[in-house]
Amino acid sequence: MSQGVLAIAEQVDGVFRKVTYEALSEGKRIAGSLGCDLTAVVLGSDVENISKGLGKYGADRILVADNTALKEYMTDAYTNVIADIIGKENPAVVILGATAVQGRDLSASLSARLNAPLAMECVEIRVENDKLIATRPMYGGKIMSEVALEGKPRIVATRPNAMAVAESAGAGSIEQLDVDTGKTVLQFVEKKMETGKIELTEADVVVSGGRGMGGSDYSVVEKLAELLGGAVGASRSAVDEGWRPHSDQVGQTGKVVSPNLYIASGISGAIQHLAGMSSSKVIVAINKDSEAPIFSKADFGIVGDLFEVLPLVTEEIKKLKG
Amino acid sequence: MEIVVLLKQVPATESIVRIADDGVSIKTDDIKWVINPYDELAVEEALRIKEAQGGKVTILSVGTDKTVEAIRTALAMGADEGVLINDPQTQGCDALGIARILAAVLKDIPYDLIIAGQRAVDDDNYQVGTAVAEFLSIPNISMVIKEEIADGKIKCHRSIEGGTVVLEAPLPVLFTTQRGLNEPRYASLPGIMKAKKKPLDTKTLADIGLDSSKVGDAITKINVMQLPPEREGGRIVEGETAQEKVTELVRALHEEAKVI
Repeated sequence: MSQGVLAIAEQVDGVFRKVTYEALSEGKRIAGSLGCDLTAVVLGSDVENISKGLGKYGADRILVADNTALKEYMTDAYTNVIADIIGKENPAVVILGATAVQGRDLSASLSARLNAPLAMECVEIRVENDKLIATRPMYGGKIMSEVALEGKPRIVATRPNAMAVAESAGAGSIEQLDVDTGKTVLQFVEKKMETGKIELTEADVVVSGGRGMGGSDYSVVEKLAELLGGAVGASRSAVDEGWRPHSDQVGQTGKVVSPNLYIASGISGAIQHLAGMSSSKVIVAINKDSEAPIFSKADFGIVGDLFEVLPLVTEEIKKLKG
Repeated sequence: MEIVVLLKQVPATESIVRIADDGVSIKTDDIKWVINPYDELAVEEALRIKEAQGGKVTILSVGTDKTVEAIRTALAMGADEGVLINDPQTQGCDALGIARILAAVLKDIPYDLIIAGQRAVDDDNYQVGTAVAEFLSIPNISMVIKEEIADGKIKCHRSIEGGTVVLEAPLPVLFTTQRGLNEPRYASLPGIMKAKKKPLDTKTLADIGLDSSKVGDAITKINVMQLPPEREGGRIVEGETAQEKVTELVRALHEEAKVI
């Protein structure tokens, strides 16, 4: 295993996702263990300018495939182009962020195309002799499994927020690639983005509301989330009630989050919810019921009415921030 | 419209999962087995398309004797036929191995549309549906929350971080489901009665022309399973009033935990 680490960047409308820096930083660390170089790949349209910045995260080379046909992520075009690049570069390891927009889909597609092993949603990766061992959650986080990858290239898709971003010097030399998107059938029709919404899986702070919200008025939750620059989450029962969109659901059948701070308000702590947030660094629970299971997982608990407590928390943090 | 649904039977999400003595699988004795929730969405969507456009819905699964229950449930919901690949050699398969088996079966089943869950909530691999599409050389659209079929084409709304993308492709297509696509129906009593008589074909790997000694060779292999570090229940912040509790909480988050 010594032919380099290839990190696939992910950009949406000319902005790299945070997980790109996480994957590059982790890729650099792996390249260090293997004694090889880190090469970044950027696909998109008009992406040369933003690509230069990747040297800061340790990319020795930055391959840029600038093509209007690559403006939006499309499974077929992206798989064709990256499979070609992998064929030429022959990397030992391919690393990318496990996102819904690109990384999970692309890694699965590449794995099948190249008959390459894949560890999805890794939270830890280590090199052991000649082996690459990845730790990844299963059963929505109820189990952590260590998987060994055999074959080439070894593809690791990292879970957003799991790997630390570390700046390190790389030469960062840009190489423009002339790429062929190959045979494609998927047609892009349109994209609708909610502006200013912070993605749950990438947020440093998540404030969630559950059944205790009693309805779709989440303003007390939203205000605190906004003040902390965080995202709003919801329990499954709140989503089932129609109070929040499916994209806000935290848990085994929703999103798994690991923010620095998770505030669960009016959430009792069903096992399928706990699976989705137990890897948060600090958990705060606010619930009327002192017997709620959520308190057994929370670092700090307040027994009380969330509609009284949350606004007070918001005010108190405002004071702190001066 | 010939629709195939890829279905996996998994432990219900309310299950407490315990690691078996071999260290690489879970204890199955107390588990309640259900259709993977995302596959349930796939069954429901297939039935709605069939109801609107006519056609047939086939349920395809790789599993064990127990998996018959899950397929029968899908048949009771309204699917027409089931195919189960039941072979001990599939136990050692990784996601690519399972996808290869499914793709091999699909060489003999006609399809215009294949629907799969975005992931199974046990392995959480997000891999099988996409890999099957790749093996069959058909387009793959993942995380779909809405679809429209007309004139031999499918238009899918894909749920992505922070928004939605709409894609279109000519059939045949494989798409995977995301919550929000539909609300799966319950099997009715007459549905359950009818399901008992619906065809359910069980096959081994040899029956579908695969060399069972090779299929189980995983290239992504579980070395060991562990339980995540147990979170210690922390402290309940005490105080005479809500204000007192909150003052103490915010102080602790700022000074001790240093997260705000």
